[in-house]
Amino acid sequence: MASLSTPARRAAAGSRRAGSRWSAAMDRRRSPGGAGWLFATPFLVFFTLFLLVPIGIGLWMSFTDASLTGHGDGVFVGLDNYTEAFGDSQVWQTLGNTVWFTVLTTVPLVIVALVMALLVYTGMPGQWLWRLAFFASHLLPVAVVYQIWSMLFQPDRGMLNSVLQTFGMDGIAWLTDEKYAMWSIGLVTLWWTVGFNFLLYLAALQAIPDHLYEAAALDGAGAWRRLWSVTLPQLRRTTALIAVLQVMASLKVFDQIYLLTKGGPNGATRPILEYIYDTGFTNYRLGYASAVSYVFFGIIIILSLAQLKIFSRRED
Amino acid sequence: MSTETLSPRTPGKPRSTMPREVVRRRRYGGHAWHPTLGTGPLPRVLTLLALALMTVIWLVPFGWGVDTSFKTEVDASASGAGWIPKAGFTLDAYRTILGQGNLPVWAVNSVVIAVCVTAITVTISAMAAYAFSRTLFRGRRVFFAVTIASIMVPPQILIVPLFRQMLAMNLVDTYAAVILPQVVAPAMVFILKKFFDGIPRELEEAARIDGAGSFRVFWSVVLPLSRPILAAVGIFVFINTWNNFLWPFISTSDPQLMTLPVGLSTVKDSTGLRNAQESAASILGSIPLLIVFMLFQRQIVRSVATTGLGGQ
Repeated sequence: MASLSTPARRAAAGSRRAGSRWSAAMDRRRSPGGAGWLFATPFLVFFTLFLLVPIGIGLWMSFTDASLTGHGDGVFVGLDNYTEAFGDSQVWQTLGNTVWFTVLTTVPLVIVALVMALLVYTGMPGQWLWRLAFFASHLLPVAVVYQIWSMLFQPDRGMLNSVLQTFGMDGIAWLTDEKYAMWSIGLVTLWWTVGFNFLLYLAALQAIPDHLYEAAALDGAGAWRRLWSVTLPQLRRTTALIAVLQVMASLKVFDQIYLLTKGGPNGATRPILEYIYDTGFTNYRLGYASAVSYVFFGIIIILSLAQLKIFSRRED
Repeated sequence: MSTETLSPRTPGKPRSTMPREVVRRRRYGGHAWHPTLGTGPLPRVLTLLALALMTVIWLVPFGWGVDTSFKTEVDASASGAGWIPKAGFTLDAYRTILGQGNLPVWAVNSVVIAVCVTAITVTISAMAAYAFSRTLFRGRRVFFAVTIASIMVPPQILIVPLFRQMLAMNLVDTYAAVILPQVVAPAMVFILKKFFDGIPRELEEAARIDGAGSFRVFWSVVLPLSRPILAAVGIFVFINTWNNFLWPFISTSDPQLMTLPVGLSTVKDSTGLRNAQESAASILGSIPLLIVFMLFQRQIVRSVATTGLGGQ
């Protein structure tokens, strides 16, 4: 992280070695509890109002038959919503779609980002252009992504089918054929979001010290050997981090699918968050939508704990 | 993450504020031996080719959007993927879009909302992170643990209860409804706290001995030292807010309060084929962030690394 060393960081490293003379007693004397509260209160107020309270309301609603139109709270129905959710084939189908999307996108989003970062990291001239090209799509609002790709995907006039026809292949109904719709969504997602992972990899690559390469070269390691024995091992923790973040992000897919296919054709791309949205806002069943939300939340927590476990074991 | 975990592994690492590419080019003279590519021209040529190919693939969709925005509607909807329109290029689409009057309103909304959310988020997150890092107050540990745990909550599942809350607070279709729920960013508090933990306490001690109070220390010692991380957090929050779709989409149905992403999506829904106009609107809608990135891309890459997210 050579380019990142700031005076604060250098000093920070020094002070840690010197041992912190700033004791808890010092803290208490110099910044009494009141000051801490003063600093923390604005955040905690918003945190409580717009995170803890909605979590609580949602949990309560999931035990009622609350609806969007009805005023006041619904009637307490116990675990009915949860029983219904576990028996609802739509829940399982949309959950399956969400998991399929996650599987489909996570691997390319990690590998393509890594390849991009490795290529840019070689320091070839044109750094500015490469970084812009690979990251710029990440800056587009979803409506713009939708606008561009719905043009490219058009079956009779779109560019992708024209390209296929130039090579003598038949055009594809990208978004309206059940076989291809999810792959098309995956393609859009790769193009749109790979830039962030690319940036994380690039930052990690820049933190690899040069002398590792020099030492490897002195030991007679060629360029490929240096890639496999120096660069990639140094990126292990970053890869784990990116994979975890990516799985979390992919599970939350909603925007691009909602705009591009509205979950179609025939529900083939409908993710669970769209089902929750439809249940709550189109069918006005807020209570049931909340119950499905909490089932999904439970699954996310289990998955993240499992991932943490897998990756922390691999670290050892 | 950086200093602590890096220094044992990199004992002789030269500290330099110079961009890495420059250092390397100087050291290796731009050719001969390269740390990742080795010697000889072939790897370089292949790398450049691969870079050029991927750049073209990634830029073509952009290019197609830009190209379409300069076509007449007839050409934009014509069959085939011709880059050069029969009727020549025109600015008609831009004239129509800018004349419609809605786009400027959405752009102003986007700016107002993104700036407000960023300012409030950075302020309250930095203060809270400082409180968690440096002060002792009753409940500090509990609140910090709850904050960290809440990073895992997918924001989408809060949508329904939040919407009800807005109804109850009578805030639906106001700026407050769009802005306030977006300012809670537990992940940013965590990132900032990690950074504050690394700032040497001696600096604050000195200021306190000079008689500065807690707020004074925070304002004139801690914040100036934290500029890179504050910039990183600000950039993340700004990009996310600018592009946020679901919450603004749900909390406003009034076209006068819509942000660019939400407004642009309604343009498509309410009309038929207007490829050129929609492309023009899309380009106008994405220009602000693209300009910001072009101007600050080096700083943005560096800021991402500062958060420790990109570190080892």
